Amino acid sequence: MAALLEVEQVSKRFGGLQAVKELSLTVTEGEIVALIGPNGAGKTTAFALISGFLHPDAGQIRFRGQSTVGRTPHQLCALGIARTFQIVRPFLRLTVMRNVVVGALLRHPHVPTATARAEAVLEEVGLAAKRDQPASRLTLADRKRLELARALATEPALLLLDEVMAGLNPIETERLVELIRAINRRGVTMLLIEHVMRAVMAISQRVVVLSGGQQIAEGPPARVSCDPRVIEAYLGDEHVGAAQG
Amino acid sequence: MRWAGLVLVALLLALPAILSSYAITIFIVIFFYAFLGQAWNIVGGYAGQLSIGHAAFVGVGAYTAAILARDTGLTPWVGMFVGGACAAALGTVIGYLGFRFGLRGFYFALLTVAFAEIARIVTANLEATGGALGLYITFTGDPRQFQFSSNLPHYYIALALMLVATGVAGGIERRRLGAYLAAIRDDEAASEALGVNSFRYKMIAIVISAFLTGMGGTFYAFYFLSLQPNTVFGVPFSVEIALRAIVGGSGTLLGPILGSFLLTPLAEFSRAYFATGGWTGVHLIAYGLLLIVVVLFLPQGVYPYLRRLVGEGQRS
Amino acid sequence: MDPTLIGQALLNGILFGGVYSLMAVGLSLIFGVMRVVNFAHGDMMVWGMYLALVLAERARLDPYLGFVLCAGLLFLLGAVVQRVLVDRVVDSAHEMQILLMLGVALVLENTALVIFGPDPQRVASPLTTATIWLGPLFVDVARLTTFVVAIALTIALYLFLARTRPGQMIRAAADNTYGALVVGVNVPRVYMVAFGIGAACVGAAGALVSAFLPFQPASGLSASVTSFNIVIIGGMGSLLGAFCGGLAVSIAESLGAVFLSPSLKELVSFSLLVLILLFRPAGLFGRRTP
Repeated sequence: MAALLEVEQVSKRFGGLQAVKELSLTVTEGEIVALIGPNGAGKTTAFALISGFLHPDAGQIRFRGQSTVGRTPHQLCALGIARTFQIVRPFLRLTVMRNVVVGALLRHPHVPTATARAEAVLEEVGLAAKRDQPASRLTLADRKRLELARALATEPALLLLDEVMAGLNPIETERLVELIRAINRRGVTMLLIEHVMRAVMAISQRVVVLSGGQQIAEGPPARVSCDPRVIEAYLGDEHVGAAQG
Repeated sequence: MRWAGLVLVALLLALPAILSSYAITIFIVIFFYAFLGQAWNIVGGYAGQLSIGHAAFVGVGAYTAAILARDTGLTPWVGMFVGGACAAALGTVIGYLGFRFGLRGFYFALLTVAFAEIARIVTANLEATGGALGLYITFTGDPRQFQFSSNLPHYYIALALMLVATGVAGGIERRRLGAYLAAIRDDEAASEALGVNSFRYKMIAIVISAFLTGMGGTFYAFYFLSLQPNTVFGVPFSVEIALRAIVGGSGTLLGPILGSFLLTPLAEFSRAYFATGGWTGVHLIAYGLLLIVVVLFLPQGVYPYLRRLVGEGQRS
Repeated sequence: MDPTLIGQALLNGILFGGVYSLMAVGLSLIFGVMRVVNFAHGDMMVWGMYLALVLAERARLDPYLGFVLCAGLLFLLGAVVQRVLVDRVVDSAHEMQILLMLGVALVLENTALVIFGPDPQRVASPLTTATIWLGPLFVDVARLTTFVVAIALTIALYLFLARTRPGQMIRAAADNTYGALVVGVNVPRVYMVAFGIGAACVGAAGALVSAFLPFQPASGLSASVTSFNIVIIGGMGSLLGAFCGGLAVSIAESLGAVFLSPSLKELVSFSLLVLILLFRPAGLFGRRTP
């Protein structure tokens, strides 16, 4: 399978802090890759770099062989990279439906077709019953679904999911894992940041571990979780429990 | 909803038959401010980019049409569109400066004030515009000069302007542009992540808004027949425009109209009352207090509040 | 062009720059601490001027002494406006904050109009008639005094923020509201004091120019716009930027008045603003993208 996303030797610095250092990673079409690592490892920065919200100081990022460096988030979204935010950002003043329509309008510029498309996505993520509620009334779990639905409505080839499981209870997590699998089966490639290791183990085919802005390990989840470097990176970190769970 | 609107329009069309001439002039000003508020609403309400300099667009449109009519004999019926285009050009410049680099929202607000001020200073210093004394249009009563011997035609023109602007706003609301503007107003970064080129859509919003407002300039010039830089470019005028939409409910289709029906008569009467008493500043103090009260107690405006009230009334 | 004329313009620009700096520092302090743009800034300045006028006419107090009282009164006004109004919208959308301050501006301006009338006024001070000659250039003693006092006030404010405990609290709140809360800073009080100081700065600036700059209630707006220009040019929230921006804008305007026409001097600072927004939107001294 062809490489969909290639990150090569990418670095980003904020003042004195080296957030991402010479990071390289490749995501192949059809994969589900999890990006894990302790807090401050540079995962969210890496996402922002890939989705165009930040620009790398050095290095190259390619999507379908095309360089994405210097492109804006909306251009990248049009190319097929969609993201969710770690802290969900629904359009609070709009209804659930309208939120998703905004995403769907990217590929379907006419409101009626976009609405039909959004309807289908809401059905898929299980929010159809709440379509006319304002987004501000949703629970956290539903807001995460909405965040996912909106991104999905842009019909991406690559979906970047930033901690969509955080704060959900086990049943909700289970459902979301199912949903992500189903979306992946439809051909959407996924790169996800996740702290909930049970979910990581369950859905990802490959895991990339970041620490201090660098990649320290990579491979199938079962192997990576026993890697001594990974255990060391997490040691003393508040997520030790999660990493072992 | 639709038939209610049609009934209302029919009512307004027939209304002059029973109105006194003075009442008609009040309605003209109500429609005109509703029109300006609606034009403002496109960028200030739907796009959520607060402009406190819309007077600049009225002024540019008014002076353009008036000078063209005076120096080249161009009829204001065409000058109206030239004025609109000039205002749109000014809007493009302000939008380009204010929306680039994802600058924070208040940059735009500051820029609109600054540009209106500059327009005022330049106009007051140019000979062609009549300088600080202003520009006066002689009354001819010639319809080709946008002038009429009775105020009835102006009543219908103002009504038409209000309906056109409302039609434009309604069209935006129903289309992609409207959905995108609402998203940008809520969360610009999140909209960008969904493929929305926020710079582009904000630019479209300000250009449309400035064009319509600039067209209104022609009405201003040839209805009031006098243009003074301090008035037509002044911040109080910009505030009056924005206030109609904000009090009524910014970002809603009926907000600016409701706002104008509430505020314009109030403003007209208080202006007349206080100005004759020598209390020139009092109605502006009232505006200031009104702004403060609206921000603190009714930030979404009257229309959404009324709609909620009605909604609750129906449920209980 | 006559070099003496240019030298004189330069000198006048520098002298008036002290006032611009003081105005802009006040605005920048308020913005830096609570991210609120004080749209009533210029109107607060005008009130400083009218208070100086009242003190001069009723109490025979020279504005160059009276400015202290004016600053004190404006501090109170600023603190009250903050506590009663601004405090309720600190977390609201910026357009709500702007509208609120615009309301305050309208009330202040037109209250002055109702009380003092629309005609331009000036405060009498013996200093305005004295001049010192420096070779071919002359220095107006009133303007010189204004410059010295304005610079001294700016330095005093800087020392207050840098060296004193309350000053450090204000800076902490400006850096990080949440962090300041955590370390026990009384954030609401800091906000109130910071707004008061910002208003006091511009009030003092108003009193200090009242002897040589004619003013009327409507002057507030252009003072506000000038303050915004300076602060954007210097960099929003940067005190050093506001200080240097004030001097730079004043010199540019003064030179512009010589080369163009005095009535068009505002165009010069405005062109500066446009250039800054085109090429360095964070301002001369701004570090982060705004």
